[in-house]
Amino acid sequence: MLDEAEVQVIARLARIGINDDESPTLTLQLSRILALVAEMNKVDTERVEPLAHPLELVARRRPDVVTETDQRATMQQTAPATHDGYYLVPRVIE
Amino acid sequence: MANEFPLTLAGLSAGLQKREFSSAELTSHYLDKIAARDGQLNSFISVFPEHASTMALAADQARAAGRAGPLMGIPYANKDIFCTEGFRTTCASKMLDTFVAPYNATVVEKLHAAGMVMLGKTNMDEFAMGSSNETSYYGPTRNPWNLGYVPGGSSGGSAAAVAARLTPVATGTDTGGSIRLPSAFCGISGIKPTYGRVSRYGMIAFASSLDQGGPMALNAEDLGLMLNVMSGFDHRDSTSAERTDEDFCAALNFDLTGLKIGLPTEFFDESLNSTIGSCLTEALDCLRRQGAECREISLPSTRYAIPAYYIISSAECSSNLSRFDGVRFGHRCDAPRDLMDLYVRSRAEGFGAEVKRRILVGTYALSTGYYDAYYAKAQKLRRLIKNDFQRAFEEVDVIAGPTAPSTAFPLGQRVEDPIQMYLSDVYTTAVNLAGLPALSVPAGSVQGLPVGLQLIGNYFREARLLNIAHRFQHETDWHLRVPPFAA
Repeated sequence: MLDEAEVQVIARLARIGINDDESPTLTLQLSRILALVAEMNKVDTERVEPLAHPLELVARRRPDVVTETDQRATMQQTAPATHDGYYLVPRVIE
Repeated sequence: MANEFPLTLAGLSAGLQKREFSSAELTSHYLDKIAARDGQLNSFISVFPEHASTMALAADQARAAGRAGPLMGIPYANKDIFCTEGFRTTCASKMLDTFVAPYNATVVEKLHAAGMVMLGKTNMDEFAMGSSNETSYYGPTRNPWNLGYVPGGSSGGSAAAVAARLTPVATGTDTGGSIRLPSAFCGISGIKPTYGRVSRYGMIAFASSLDQGGPMALNAEDLGLMLNVMSGFDHRDSTSAERTDEDFCAALNFDLTGLKIGLPTEFFDESLNSTIGSCLTEALDCLRRQGAECREISLPSTRYAIPAYYIISSAECSSNLSRFDGVRFGHRCDAPRDLMDLYVRSRAEGFGAEVKRRILVGTYALSTGYYDAYYAKAQKLRRLIKNDFQRAFEEVDVIAGPTAPSTAFPLGQRVEDPIQMYLSDVYTTAVNLAGLPALSVPAGSVQGLPVGLQLIGNYFREARLLNIAHRFQHETDWHLRVPPFAA
């Protein structure tokens, strides 16, 4: 079982604001999901190697040639705020 | 101009080739239907009438000039998870409500190169996280068989639009069942190809080791025609399978004599809904009459597919969705106090409840002290599940079972209960964990709602699956039945 304080810590790590209204329901729902997931512990996986990728591919090599062109202007068209090619964020250093 | 157009890609292709109708006529026919009917269904998020008309004219000109492949000029719809250059791509999220994609997904590029005409973008669960299409920021899509029921998810808009004959065919994506489940609920055919078969480039990521795009259509032959265009190696997708191109329609009519079908005891135990069980028995009898033999197999670890799936998919989702930070694209909150406030509020406002739950579960599973208990444990189960399938495929050619534990359920029934919703995918998630191809075809009806038969194949055996589905559809008419909404 998770408690509301733990959920706040997770939410902070995930950079998602959780307000006081939604906190109790969310805590209950997440606890129930973790209870479902705890089913996994019924299986002995002592000598099993984890599988990260279904086909166990290894990273491909490719010739060392430039494939990306400068698309900054295009990509920044969808940005909420830019200035002279930079992304704008609130002041970081006081 | 024809009053009635053929319904299938094969029929449309032949009609266009014989000049019985033009792509412009066909396209305006579908656009009119969408305009008239989709208000009730809500299967589209965006429709592009002008663009579609322009593409249709271009296709007609190309055909007149002698440059025409089989799909030239045929209209289709894209799940709103595929990036479409210059067109809104929302992933059914407030986060991307105003996002206009700066490039095309490889799938979209390929379909357009083949001359297909994009009608619009279909509704879906937000970021493909859901099994009912109810997590969409744009409201749920309704099931054309009964407007009070869900179409399944997450590719529910695509499934409903195809079933309602608002488009001949649509694209979908399947991370844990998102092509197969809505195909079953809406009475259409859908295939999730082998992981790596269809490029993930430009397909907005949910869980990258599970996500796979695929077609949704009225029959298996149409799935093959679409897969012929959609699949293929793509250097822009780091996990794209390096295979030579294959004709997925070449084996459609192969004889089924000697086909060995495995029936997992875990799928056919006492928990299987009895009315769905009877539909499957009839479907399997149909395949037996064509020379197939069925034998019992066991996939013991698939009982743990749901928990393993929810850990792995949520972990990957928490990582993938960290890119939505209110800085480079997507929703940004008003007047942020500082950088942390910008992140925290933009994400709180931009994401819906289910997406937040998954990000939080994933963040927890990957956090210090819990990684081994959750993420590593789930990855070990993933290997056991893959091993189960590989052992089974030493004995049988394909595996058959239900696509879903029930038929479509009423709107609103499971929204408040995430666990109930997750269990809709009990027969589908193991396939994604193993990376195998699987399809769903209509195989019955219970109280006016369609039932799906799921066929699972070994790696890269899509052609065999489509062959079996095609032969099944040759002997049955479930795929020809028209929902009341479209009649």
